[in-house]
Amino acid sequence: MSARALVRTGLARNATPIVLSGSMALIVLATAAANSALLDRTVTEALLRVVFVVGLYIFVGNSGVVSFGHTAFMAVGAYATAWQDCCSMTKSFYMPALPKFMLESTVPPPLATVGSGVFASLFAVAVGVAIIRLSGIGASIATFAVLAIVNVVFSNWDSLTAGTSTVVGIPGYTDHWVGLLWAVIAVAAAHVYQTSRFGLSLRVSREDEVAAKAAGVDIVRQRLIAFVISAFFVGVSGALYAHFLGTISVDAFYLDVTFITLAMLVVGGMNSLSGAVVGVVAVSALIEVLRQLEHGFGVGGITISVPGGTQEIGLGVALLLILIFRQSGITGNREIAWPLSRLMPKPPAEAARAARASASGAADWRLSTVAGGVPARESSEQQQRRGES
Amino acid sequence: MIPILQVLVDAISLGSLYALATLGVGLVFGVLRLINFAYGDFITVASYALILPAAGATAEVFIGRWPWPFLVAAVVLVVVILALVSEFLVFRPLRTAKPAVLMIGSFALGYIIQNAIIVVYNARPKAVGIWSGLGEAIQFGGLRVPGLQIVTIVATLSLLGALVLFLKRSPFGIQMRAASEDFLMARMLGVRGNTVIGTAFVISGFLAAIVSLLFVAQVGVVSFHMGVPLMLFAFIATVIGGMGSLTGAVIGGYAVGFASIFLQALLPEHLRTFRDAFVFAVVIVILLVWPQGLVMSRTARERV
Repeated sequence: MSARALVRTGLARNATPIVLSGSMALIVLATAAANSALLDRTVTEALLRVVFVVGLYIFVGNSGVVSFGHTAFMAVGAYATAWQDCCSMTKSFYMPALPKFMLESTVPPPLATVGSGVFASLFAVAVGVAIIRLSGIGASIATFAVLAIVNVVFSNWDSLTAGTSTVVGIPGYTDHWVGLLWAVIAVAAAHVYQTSRFGLSLRVSREDEVAAKAAGVDIVRQRLIAFVISAFFVGVSGALYAHFLGTISVDAFYLDVTFITLAMLVVGGMNSLSGAVVGVVAVSALIEVLRQLEHGFGVGGITISVPGGTQEIGLGVALLLILIFRQSGITGNREIAWPLSRLMPKPPAEAARAARASASGAADWRLSTVAGGVPARESSEQQQRRGES
Repeated sequence: MIPILQVLVDAISLGSLYALATLGVGLVFGVLRLINFAYGDFITVASYALILPAAGATAEVFIGRWPWPFLVAAVVLVVVILALVSEFLVFRPLRTAKPAVLMIGSFALGYIIQNAIIVVYNARPKAVGIWSGLGEAIQFGGLRVPGLQIVTIVATLSLLGALVLFLKRSPFGIQMRAASEDFLMARMLGVRGNTVIGTAFVISGFLAAIVSLLFVAQVGVVSFHMGVPLMLFAFIATVIGGMGSLTGAVIGGYAVGFASIFLQALLPEHLRTFRDAFVFAVVIVILLVWPQGLVMSRTARERV
């Protein structure tokens, strides 16, 4: 195969992460050019949410199990950051229970970020071994229970987390470039994972648990793998968040974050990576526009502003409208491909594969359907049972 | 002996409150497979219905001063209307959506209700005292039982009795049970889907109103997120009781109430602040031992 063909195949296969990363990079470049502190803040926050939601997607999107507990990994990541690089002067006052070597050392922020992600992953292993064999709504409740436990423990373990009071003095390290870097890493990792045999096995189990088992997929193991990878990125988002605000408190990591991130995922389309990113961008943009409206905008010299509270109510209404009119999310659970891919000639390898697939029929087709992120098939029985006339 | 009985009465009383809330969540789940996160906000709205809509710092009690039959009727009416309107505007268009989408929809609805309350009443908690006479304790030998606990227990038992009669004897109730078991089949046999779902929302709203009144009478404060923890406990109780089973909902509600009160009584002093963590750990253990819930409904089992 010629070098050109290799590049072409690579581009075609990795279209989703390339397009997503490219778009995020464009947004960041535009922000940097606009030179507005407010906009910069919004964009950085959105990038952190991308890291979180893509992390969440790695588990929820591929396994089909809705998790209410990922915010716990964010909390763990954020506090792990504080343990590593917060406030060398007051550390022994805030967190006297830390081991001595941690009290005396300060880890550089980039390293602390990775360390926090790893710590969140380890926590996920411990949690996952216990609860991951549950499925369906039971699993969702168990993840929620984990979040509640983390919240209660962090609020009351005063000697390690400063209780409900705010920890201040975490070095400010996160800016839009750092946010972009991690968002791109998260998207790339999610893509690599979901096209790997692990990701494919898990997606098969999402579509049909029984068939997956019959085909030899160890569902518990596959779910655990996804859970741990997913916790890493959510933990990193917590670390970045701590480095972004410089302060953390337990209350910031509870139901509000859980629901807004899940809403972003569902609004974008929960079974596709593109959906995760598009959902964050769409909802963040919506929040920002409503915030601006609340602030007031000038029309012909008069400042018009909508009454307070409109932002939240408007967000709720907009979410509902999107859900009602696009039940499978903005992306319809499909992945983004090259904008003009139909016009481009197919690279030879792809063409050959396509030909083989159409010749050999069902087996190949099935895999590529799952890999392509076609909407999860809801059992027709369930559709009908609720489909009211 | 007396201390144990005291704890037991507390547990039954809290369990009753949770059981009522859980039934409200469970009934709707049964027919619609919807986990209604806005349920907590139905409870909140019921409490705010007691006071006049004003953004001031103190609460102007209005309906809350009425004689109790009128008070209960008015609050129930408000919540039932809210439940029916949300069914019509939000859950009916989403009826064919996936469970996760329905759930996020209900969350969005709850978010709207909470913020609407903030706009109308402001975000600060407000003191609202109703039925203050019920705070006084009644002596049974050495046992002191607050009147409110007796009211809670009696109200729960009579509502449960009425609900059982309704579900077993009335045509609506029978249709509703049929629909919980197999919605499609029930419809083919002539059960009207909209009526059944509407009825479920009416009863659910009714229960939310009662839970709310009992709760406010106990704590004396209303705030815009007061319903959320109640909803979460009800949600958990629904799952550990066995989704789709109404007996399970009641058992789950009592189980969560008992776990909270007994852990509070039995945990050593320095661990008491971690009580809720232990309650949730118990929840995880129950789920691991009985993944389908304590009472397994016939429909919950997945067919291949």
